[in-house]
Amino acid sequence: MNLTLKVWRQKNASDKGKMVDYQVTEISEHMSFLEMMDVLNEQIINKGDEPVAFDHDCREGICGMCSMYINGEAHGPDRGVTTCQLHMRMFKDGDTITIEPFRAAAFPVIKDLVVDRSSFERIQQSGGYISVNTSGNTQDANAIPVSKEAADKAMDAATCIGCGACVATCKNSSAMLFVGAKVSQYALLPQGQVEATDRVLNMVAQMDAEGFGNCTNTGACEVECPKGISLENIARMNTEFMKASLKG
Amino acid sequence: MALDSKIPKGPLKDKWTDYKNHIDLVNPANKRNIDVIVVGTGLAGGSASATLAELGYNVKAFAYQDSPRRAHSIAAQGGINAAKNYQGDGDSFYRLFYDTVKGGDYRSREANVYRLAEVSANIIDQCVAQGVPFARDYGGLLDNRSFGGVLVSRTFYAKGQTGQQLLLGAYSAMNRQIARGKIEMFNRHEMLDVVKVDGKARGIIARNLVTGEIERHSAHAVVIATGGYGNVYFLSTNAMGSNATAAWKIHKKGAFFANPCYTQIHPTCIPRSGDYQSKLTLMSESLRNDGRIWVPKNLDDVKAIKEGRKKPTDLSENERDYYLERRYPAFGNLVPRDVASRAAKERCDAGYGVNATGEAVYLDFASAITRYGTEKAKIQNISNPSEAKIYELGQAIVEAKYGNLFQMYNKIVDEDPYKTPMMIYPAVHYTMGGVWVDYNLMTTVEGLYCLGEANFSDHGANRLGASALMQGLSDGYFVLPYTIGDYLSNDIRTGKIPTDTKEFEQAEKEVTARIDFFVNNKGQHSVDYYHKKLGKIMWEKCGMSRNEKGLIEAMAEIKALREDFWKNVTVPGISNEMNPELEKAGRVADFLELGELFAKDALDRNESCGGHFREESIELDGLQKGEAKRNDKDFAYVAAWEYKGEPANAVLHKEELEFNDIELKQRSYK
Repeated sequence: MNLTLKVWRQKNASDKGKMVDYQVTEISEHMSFLEMMDVLNEQIINKGDEPVAFDHDCREGICGMCSMYINGEAHGPDRGVTTCQLHMRMFKDGDTITIEPFRAAAFPVIKDLVVDRSSFERIQQSGGYISVNTSGNTQDANAIPVSKEAADKAMDAATCIGCGACVATCKNSSAMLFVGAKVSQYALLPQGQVEATDRVLNMVAQMDAEGFGNCTNTGACEVECPKGISLENIARMNTEFMKASLKG
Repeated sequence: MALDSKIPKGPLKDKWTDYKNHIDLVNPANKRNIDVIVVGTGLAGGSASATLAELGYNVKAFAYQDSPRRAHSIAAQGGINAAKNYQGDGDSFYRLFYDTVKGGDYRSREANVYRLAEVSANIIDQCVAQGVPFARDYGGLLDNRSFGGVLVSRTFYAKGQTGQQLLLGAYSAMNRQIARGKIEMFNRHEMLDVVKVDGKARGIIARNLVTGEIERHSAHAVVIATGGYGNVYFLSTNAMGSNATAAWKIHKKGAFFANPCYTQIHPTCIPRSGDYQSKLTLMSESLRNDGRIWVPKNLDDVKAIKEGRKKPTDLSENERDYYLERRYPAFGNLVPRDVASRAAKERCDAGYGVNATGEAVYLDFASAITRYGTEKAKIQNISNPSEAKIYELGQAIVEAKYGNLFQMYNKIVDEDPYKTPMMIYPAVHYTMGGVWVDYNLMTTVEGLYCLGEANFSDHGANRLGASALMQGLSDGYFVLPYTIGDYLSNDIRTGKIPTDTKEFEQAEKEVTARIDFFVNNKGQHSVDYYHKKLGKIMWEKCGMSRNEKGLIEAMAEIKALREDFWKNVTVPGISNEMNPELEKAGRVADFLELGELFAKDALDRNESCGGHFREESIELDGLQKGEAKRNDKDFAYVAAWEYKGEPANAVLHKEELEFNDIELKQRSYK
């Protein structure tokens, strides 16, 4: 395949940035999107220019690092995948593809397609954990039974890879799917109950402080989530938040 | 210098308890005055950081990604072993210990493995308390499954994402300590050298990957937990950024590197489809529980399939060679990873590979689908079910068991594995070699520790499924926090380690010089150009099967490639901002040295062992004819290499392995 790529180039956080056109040739339909980007970069390096910086690591859909916005969609046109799992067979010979970084006030651009998602880190540090001593003197793991249904639901929420597609795709740049997933995981398990009130209040406060917008129930986040995290988690977070606010 | 493994005296089962009873402790008030640097925040480094901070030390943790949650531990699928005997099927510390030592082909250290088995049960308790959503049965208790190479159900799992959930557990424990101010987290930072003062590790030089700034960080002890070096092959199942730089840098500063030639080749990966490929994707080994592995019997059929004239489903049963079932009737498709990998390569080398590159065998679920479908039809009382009905019923069952893997395969290869057999091929996965450590997990440099995949101690020449996560968490949560205290108890009067000393200055100067070289060298080849060439040499001559001639050639070829790299590599961009090409250049420079030591170690080890088939060491007759031949008389030792300027000049030190509680036996799967 031969393709025209329109790529966002931005030298650093303070640079203005602009779209730059590139032509790539001999792209195989079996390549992943990131392998196509490797081909582009090899071509740019051979010309003596600076390659396009983009975040990526595991290339098997689980680390949550890759974060491109492709043709107006987080992780591109395929459903339920990260960019590293997106394959070039989703495109046609002669296509023009627009490639931009995830855009949200709380995700500032570092360089080209690389954004800073450390706001997610700070939200987790505000309460996304269970305060247990990690020195190994905990009670036997089977001492508190957990119903299969609760464990499965907690697992579904915990599947979130923290990629930020939910934020990037939301018209309000809301992080509520991400935070909802984390709150839900602990809300569903008996181990997470003791700190439940503080956890949800702190995490929501931090989310607001980071500059993420609010949820208006559009549901775009669920559609673009590569791991199928459900809106149910936002509802559960809202319930937890209400309960906590009444208590608090 | 003589290697001292510091294994405690006394019976195997009491060693760890006695050790803990007799070590020196640090008073909680003094821990506040002691700093520890942890490099790498995957399962081993993350759990170590959290626990050291919990104990009261000041931890500085470093990760090259933007968050510890992205460490490659996250990609582990299958599960984690623990000798809990919840199933009452006879599991015990001793059995887990025995299976692990046997699975490692008797090349791991007995005392370490026993300790691993002992603390394995604590790991599960700990993680459940942290909110890790392990699979449960309908009674609300933890569920277990069985894994290759063992006869009990001791594997705990969280769907096919166990590594992810365990890592998120360790990460959440870290977050709690970051919030308390006990861990200072340095994301997007890479360690580029270790700093020694009076022979002790006292700090590191790191590069801020966003600003390019070179930073000095001091501490009373340094812990390396940066994973394995599988990317020396270019193509592997590792994450793109996984690298050996920290481990290699400490090797150059005096830490011995042990058994570099031991890597695990995983049999069930999605094959390479072209030269542009950047990595290989692993499919869980659990697929071999139901899939049958075969290639065509006749080369004509191989040709027809490659040319698209025939489909694999056109071949009748007697036109197929189920080579694992043929060669290993007792274990069949469930032989251990090393055996399955070698057998696939043997068939492909003989010309029977079924894809365009000739590097693929079939993993076929048709008979499992029929078997499950027939059974289900019986249960549902359907008399004379049609083939289509049986298929439909069987497919539903296979989907319930392996659906996510089938979907993943479909996404990558664009073929429906329910209708046509999957194609698989072995790929480089986990590295068994690594930095040499004693029982305390300390390297040959005082105050410098190494954990998890980055060290060598627990897996021997091969690794059973579900044992890597176990080692990472055991080292980080339960072993290092004790052993490092014994060392740090001598440091309570030391005070802050200053960074304005000549040692820091010297190390920083070397790091800066190297970076300056890269950005100023106007060569004509990209970093990847060299990495791919190195990978090709490694795979062809230091891969699953090796011989003396090839290894000697590999050493010379890698040396020549390294010399060319230092003349002709090009790195665009500048050093004082984000520059991913510059990061890669430093890592590949280190791989170009490690690769040569790898070949040297493989050359020296003239025995077949674990996944490593040495063509000169083969069983000549008897039931095991043609199989790998281990040689305990001459090679029951750990090869620990001391750096002497050039990899080829490295000096070999041997730690003889003693097996007092286990009998050294031939592994047989016939």
